[in-house]
Amino acid sequence: MADGAAVIDKGGLDTLIAVLVARGRTVVGPTVRDGAIVLAEISGGDDLPYGWGVELAAGSYRLRAREDGAAFAHSAGPQSWKTFLHPPRERQWSADRDADGELVVTEDRTPAPSYAFLGVRPCDLRAIAIQDRVLTGGLYTDPAYRGRRERAFLVAVECTEPGATCFCVSMGTGPAVGPGYDLALTEVLDADGHRFLVRAGSEQGEAVLAELPRRAADTATRTAAQERVAEAADRMGRSMPLVDLQVLMRESLTAERWDDVAARCLTCGNCTMVCPTCFCTTAEDVTDLTGDHAERWRRWESCFDRDFSHLPTGPVRDSSHSRYRQWATHKLGTWYDQFGSSGCVGCGRCIVWCPVGIDITEEAHALNREREGADRKGTP
Amino acid sequence: MTASDRPKLAVWKFASCDGCQLTLLDCEDELLGIAERIEISHFLEASSATDPGPFDLSLVEGSVTTPQDAERIQHVRAVSKRLVTIGACATAGGVQALRNYADVAEFQAVVYARPDYIDTLATSTPISAHVAVDFELRGCPIDRGQLVEVITAYLAGRRPDVPAHSVCFECKQRGTTCVTVAHGTPCLGPVTHAGCGALCPAYGRGCYGCFGPSDSTNFPSFIPLLRRDGMDTLDIVRVLRTFNTAAPEFDDASRKELDQ
Repeated sequence: MADGAAVIDKGGLDTLIAVLVARGRTVVGPTVRDGAIVLAEISGGDDLPYGWGVELAAGSYRLRAREDGAAFAHSAGPQSWKTFLHPPRERQWSADRDADGELVVTEDRTPAPSYAFLGVRPCDLRAIAIQDRVLTGGLYTDPAYRGRRERAFLVAVECTEPGATCFCVSMGTGPAVGPGYDLALTEVLDADGHRFLVRAGSEQGEAVLAELPRRAADTATRTAAQERVAEAADRMGRSMPLVDLQVLMRESLTAERWDDVAARCLTCGNCTMVCPTCFCTTAEDVTDLTGDHAERWRRWESCFDRDFSHLPTGPVRDSSHSRYRQWATHKLGTWYDQFGSSGCVGCGRCIVWCPVGIDITEEAHALNREREGADRKGTP
Repeated sequence: MTASDRPKLAVWKFASCDGCQLTLLDCEDELLGIAERIEISHFLEASSATDPGPFDLSLVEGSVTTPQDAERIQHVRAVSKRLVTIGACATAGGVQALRNYADVAEFQAVVYARPDYIDTLATSTPISAHVAVDFELRGCPIDRGQLVEVITAYLAGRRPDVPAHSVCFECKQRGTTCVTVAHGTPCLGPVTHAGCGALCPAYGRGCYGCFGPSDSTNFPSFIPLLRRDGMDTLDIVRVLRTFNTAAPEFDDASRKELDQ
């Protein structure tokens, strides 16, 4: 097959990182830190989490050693790529009063870092595409995000090890990789060795691939890679109800289930901050003691923050009921109206990192059951 | 600016350890700037010179625990245009509010050789229980950056940027992995007011609530989490009954825990 697919081994992965670093890129990838597989700058293949997997449950994340020595057989971790593309806090401009008392505003134009993301899971690749649409797709684009995004090199890794909280299959976002990558890898471990099937998805990807020690993809490796991904699709820990979620949300605004979830929700905001697509921010104006220097910063905000909907008469969404409903109905429903797709990619982070383990799939199933019950009652 | 142009600042102490007002002196890089913009006219930790007032901005540390202090805070309010409480004592009654659960006369008899020398109230109460408070700065002790922000915001005539959401926001923003979810460490972060920058979880420890309750708590859902992670009733009551024990949300949760 002349699709340019190649096979590299662990040494090839080391070379990939070296090549990206040599091109002046900041390489960010998964690495073990503080008892989790986090995303951080890596300088070589040794930083990758070889031999580490995770055990996930609602409200629980545990590292566990793997005997097979796989590098990418772990599910989504505590952060997503938005930490780098859409950082938690960023200065937008500063202003100074000059000698004549005039205000001089300086836009922050820190050159965008040239990232290479290694190990972007298919669900997260989709999440990046969703944030692209939100932050650069409309009438107003975010130049800082756009700068970082345009310069980023994405190395996707197909998912061969979904977690117990994963549901990408029912969201149509994985475990096979979709478009948008520069390089896509599939990790294969079998009697023939530890290797990676590599495909290029862009000219830059082809150029990088050309620099790696590789061999043409053989049928055995291709087949093994396909099988691993197909098996992963059958091992999803969770699924969304197989209904039109946009319609379900629209028809569930007065559901009793919101009271149930509101009784459990801590409104701590963790779900929105680990979500790879949640994009809300607030403006933070800083002045110094002299009053001659001011700065505007932007920081992550969450619809679970009471102040998020603060108006002169107080917060519009004061109750946890209204805040959870706002988040879920936007994520699964009105996101379609606003941005043409679901806001959920099925990565399961909101389930894992909710301290009390609120599960968006369980909530959707409950809302669906409640709607079905109401339909039955309503049938003459 | 001449002395007369500058707004006057007073720092007041009630029942407290002085740690919060010393935070003002800890503002080493900003202190000269503050002194240039504000006349620090009453601050006994820094100078024995006193000023009768009135004051543009009063920072009040400590809780009210004596009849004399209950009167003195009325005076402080009367001579202050804007009154800001600093720290857990002034805002929630402090650790000394543990007396609210006990018999103070019994304490006096046990602790003091001459209990009759002691003239104290049965309770420790926050400043807001006595006079109107314009802004409350949380923490035991307060965060230096937030104190500078309150003073700076006052000078600029704007609202201080002091979010009232949970510590979880700060953990996520600084990239700390959740100690509860990843390690099963009991942590008060989800019910605690932000402001410290999520210091303890960054060092692998659970938050112990020194900034008091956030503006949106759900203890009936949260307490079982502490239990799951190994705390028993006594542990839970103890962790809620520290510097912010008399904050209504912590007080209510600890009482309910004991009542079960």
